[in-house]
Amino acid sequence: MIALARLRDPFMDWARKIDEIVDAVNFEGRIAKIDARGLTHKELNDLIRLCVEKGAEKIIVKNVCGQRYIGTRLYFPGKKVEIEIFGVPGNDLGMFMNGHRIIVHGNAQDGVGNTMNEGEIVVEGRAGDVVAMSMRGGRVFIRDDVGYRTAIHMKEYREKVPVLVVGGTSQDFLGEYMAGGVVLLLGLKGEKHKANYIGTGMHGGVIYIRGKVEPYQFGKEVGIVEMEEEDYRKVEELVKDYLKYFRGKGIDEKLEVDEIMGGKFTKLVPVSKRPYGRIYAY
Amino acid sequence: MINRVSVTDGRVTKEIQACAVFGVMDRSGRRFDGKMIIEAMKNMRVRGNGLGGGFAVYGIYPKYKDYYALHVMFQEDDPDLKQEVDEFLHRNFDVVHDEEIPTNEEANVSDPPLFWRYFVMPQKKGEDKKLSDDDYVVKKVMYINTCIDNAYVFSSGKNMGVFKGVGFPEEIADFFMLESEYKGYIWTAHSRFPTNTPGWWGGAHPFCILDWTVVHNGEISSYGTNRRFLEMHGYYCTLYTDTEVIAYAVDLLMRKQGLPIEVVAKIFAPPMWDQIDRMDEKKRKFYTTLRMVYAPLLINGPFTVIIAHHGEMIGLTDRIRLRPITAGEKGDMLFVSSEEAAIRAVCPNLDRVWTPHGGEPIIGRLNSVEKRVVE
Amino acid sequence: MKMKSHLLPEFMVERDTERCDNCKVCVKQCPFGVHYYDEETGRVYSREELCVGCQRCVVYCPKNAIKVIPYPGHYRPNDYWHEEYIRDIKKQAETGGIILTSCGSARKAKVYWDHILLNASQVTNPSIDPLREPMELRTFLGKKPDRLEIELDENGDVEIKTELHPNLMIETPILFAGMSYGAISYNAFKSLAMAAKRYGTLFNTGEGGMPKDMREEFKDCAIVQCASGRFGVDPEYFNYSAAIEIKIGQGAKPGIGGHLPGEKVTATISSTRMIPEGTDAISPAPHHDIYSIEDLSMLIYALKEVTNYEKPVCVKIAAVHNVAAIASGMVRAGADIIAIDGFRGGTGATPKIMREHVGIPVELALAAVDQRLREEGIRNKCSIIVGGGIRCAADVVKAIALGADAVYIGTAALIALGCTMCQRCHTGKCAWGICTQDPELSKRLNPKVGAERAYNLLRAWSLEIKDVLGGMGINAIESLRGNRDHLRGIGLEEWELKVLGIKGAGE
Repeated sequence: MIALARLRDPFMDWARKIDEIVDAVNFEGRIAKIDARGLTHKELNDLIRLCVEKGAEKIIVKNVCGQRYIGTRLYFPGKKVEIEIFGVPGNDLGMFMNGHRIIVHGNAQDGVGNTMNEGEIVVEGRAGDVVAMSMRGGRVFIRDDVGYRTAIHMKEYREKVPVLVVGGTSQDFLGEYMAGGVVLLLGLKGEKHKANYIGTGMHGGVIYIRGKVEPYQFGKEVGIVEMEEEDYRKVEELVKDYLKYFRGKGIDEKLEVDEIMGGKFTKLVPVSKRPYGRIYAY
Repeated sequence: MINRVSVTDGRVTKEIQACAVFGVMDRSGRRFDGKMIIEAMKNMRVRGNGLGGGFAVYGIYPKYKDYYALHVMFQEDDPDLKQEVDEFLHRNFDVVHDEEIPTNEEANVSDPPLFWRYFVMPQKKGEDKKLSDDDYVVKKVMYINTCIDNAYVFSSGKNMGVFKGVGFPEEIADFFMLESEYKGYIWTAHSRFPTNTPGWWGGAHPFCILDWTVVHNGEISSYGTNRRFLEMHGYYCTLYTDTEVIAYAVDLLMRKQGLPIEVVAKIFAPPMWDQIDRMDEKKRKFYTTLRMVYAPLLINGPFTVIIAHHGEMIGLTDRIRLRPITAGEKGDMLFVSSEEAAIRAVCPNLDRVWTPHGGEPIIGRLNSVEKRVVE
Repeated sequence: MKMKSHLLPEFMVERDTERCDNCKVCVKQCPFGVHYYDEETGRVYSREELCVGCQRCVVYCPKNAIKVIPYPGHYRPNDYWHEEYIRDIKKQAETGGIILTSCGSARKAKVYWDHILLNASQVTNPSIDPLREPMELRTFLGKKPDRLEIELDENGDVEIKTELHPNLMIETPILFAGMSYGAISYNAFKSLAMAAKRYGTLFNTGEGGMPKDMREEFKDCAIVQCASGRFGVDPEYFNYSAAIEIKIGQGAKPGIGGHLPGEKVTATISSTRMIPEGTDAISPAPHHDIYSIEDLSMLIYALKEVTNYEKPVCVKIAAVHNVAAIASGMVRAGADIIAIDGFRGGTGATPKIMREHVGIPVELALAAVDQRLREEGIRNKCSIIVGGGIRCAADVVKAIALGADAVYIGTAALIALGCTMCQRCHTGKCAWGICTQDPELSKRLNPKVGAERAYNLLRAWSLEIKDVLGGMGINAIESLRGNRDHLRGIGLEEWELKVLGIKGAGE
């Protein structure tokens, strides 16, 4: 006996109206504080948007536990807000984000910076899969490790170049089908990188890997080239920012730029603009 | 010889779903109630669509722990049907106790079937005397599921049970009163987003054969290959869901063929050939042989599964990690989840959080050697 | 007194006299003597009654002046007495003989490949990107054990205790079918061997043995055939191989043996096959030591003995009625691999009646065999290779989804080498240098070029297979094997869907 089940929507069915939940917000000047405990993601994002509309420049959200799309519904060209998250934000943090700044005091999940356009995301912990997927601009800093398909199909155009900095290591398919952007993997724990199929299908952008990595780990569209002055300069700038964000917050206070820059860097670029030319017969 | 019944002449419809999974185990064997796992599943509510939820619990029937606890669902409200099943069970088993599984009528679920549980011991006759108790139970369960319409044995292990149906997991938990009625040392749960048979109670996860349970997030694109191989070994897929093949494959490989989970994980999610070709001679030969012999049990397509049986809880993803998994540890507690937030929701401070590479299992085992369940 | 031939020509040669500058290239290229140069008029003419439609002159004419078209004249249209039946009767009236032909069956019959549709992943399951993520086609052919017994040693390393049967490892599920040296030229034979070696797959020597000068180089990628005529079978032969195939039958002529007309038995063929020059090499219909299934078992084990149990033994049969029961018997007799050749399979020479009327489509045979072996619980005891008119990579994918481990390609491989399917292989006058022993004609195929083309075919089809697999959400070929859920039928009747074990599209 097949019961005719009703259509239920877990995204919307439990979301209360703004009036019912506005007590979770505490406004002091230009700083808003939200207690996210028990809020669905729609409710939380409703409140965050409300705060920005009311002029908040900084929003502190506590007790975050799995709410998705934080930072997505904030398309206010010209406005810039900083969101501080305590807890674990859900998938797609900062997806489509357009120019704000998010700091996570904890781990993040999948899809951090997904198709992000502008802005900055800083995660004091690890992140999951498809970090910086299709990212088109802005910067993402992850203190520890990331998962699969990081920076997949990242893009750039002229001066609009997205950047991803990862303090630990990544898993397979890093930079898959990358068309632009800069990815920096610092490998600070010192272990050999275990990722396979790095840069498979890459046809733009650049990946810098600090630490031990073997040629068999790279996809066939990728080639190793020498690091130049310009590269070291670029990397050092990013390392300085990394230390600024994470020193004392899980990264050794005493860690210096020079120590990191002294490691071995491998620079990966695509070897062809048209890697699939020989696959098709006309 | 098992009666080789051809199920719908081999052309079986397959379910498709996307979902959430969660598992928690106390490795000291301490039994706890369902509050934690229900909260965790609530946190991941958006991953399901309310048309399926289920739980597997281990250690729940201490009074009858040496008997097979058969959970049966009767789709039709038909006294003849129940009688047929009762008679079959009494003919083939020593039924020491049976009763309706207690349910909460107020729970927010639609059209539940009748649920009954039987505590049984095999009563073998003739040719069947050659079978082990476990094989005998499998044979009889397969018979009911293939030959008696509208009756399904969906749990058949000792001192454990599966509870599942149509609704969000917390609603199913409410229906079966999991929080108040049961305590176990391993709990696994599943929330479902089905597309094919949206209202069928039998289609929810976990899937169970003997004390093996599987909850699964993903879709098995090699289902046809896996199913036809398992049919050759006497396992018939009758619950129209691809997850069944994992439950039967685990029973075949781990119970019958005695392979450890580390090897079985490599059968389901083996390394790629280009990695194997780079290994040292011994390892290369091992993996090549494994892939060659067990090719029909390679599980292709995205999956995260949590497999459990007495003493072990295992989390595993497909070899190119198309579905997420996160593991967390605090003391003796081991958590495996589709999302980290769900673990944090019930255990905010963790000793360790990690995500393994695709195809690498997360294994939780009881600390004690004899696998005793402690109160 | 002979009657003037009543046969209409099959083809017409149209020469554009404005373009033609009488360079005589066509005269040189045509092995059938169609074109000739008249000294007096200084022009080239054509005798269309000799034309077989191979298109060689068309391709080689430097001015594109020639067009070879079906003969525009015909008998009164008749849906029952087709021209072909009329022509064949007249030929038999002249000769009193069996009509000989070559290539695979050309008759109109339902092509099951064209009625099977493939699946793709949408929404519920992701496609896997074949260009960027790994897609595995490696296949193992041979007997597999029921289970693996393992032992963990002190270090936690795993030891395999089960003894394994020999298996063949190929990098793509496509092999070159048995085409004997004799049926095809040395250059064609070598082209296929070289391409197989380069790609990582295998070729099959067919019934003609393996030329001595090729043995060392190609032994690891050759399947050597042991056919009823036992041509070229010396003890060394078996040891210079990867596997041995017992040929019981082939799709083009089930029930009878191979045909090599005397014209094609030259000195080198004579030395390879160990028969006198110029005699017809007509293999016996049965193996005279296999009159029943238990005899097959004896031959299989004899071959295992002579190769020290180190190589798999394959048995090749034509797809006929009861093929499922026969296949089951073959597996129980000890075969490690079964090759099934459907009625579209090609050949260098065969009586037309066998080619057109005997045998069943390989799609149905494959589905029946695979299902029967699974029902008996013995599917893992052998691998299945199918052949007989595999035309494209889609056919390969469908074959594997129905249950095959790999496919044999014969006709497709020759088309890659230049064949245009004129169905005159049995005359020994192949204009492309493929199915001939004439040294002048053989020179037309350069083995290096041929090998490159055959390799390209393997590469192109393998890429296409990977594309389709990715679309289905599968990244290893073993997950497609026997996975009929990814197939649907269209325009098929209920019984056909049942035999194939697939559902109709939309179901």
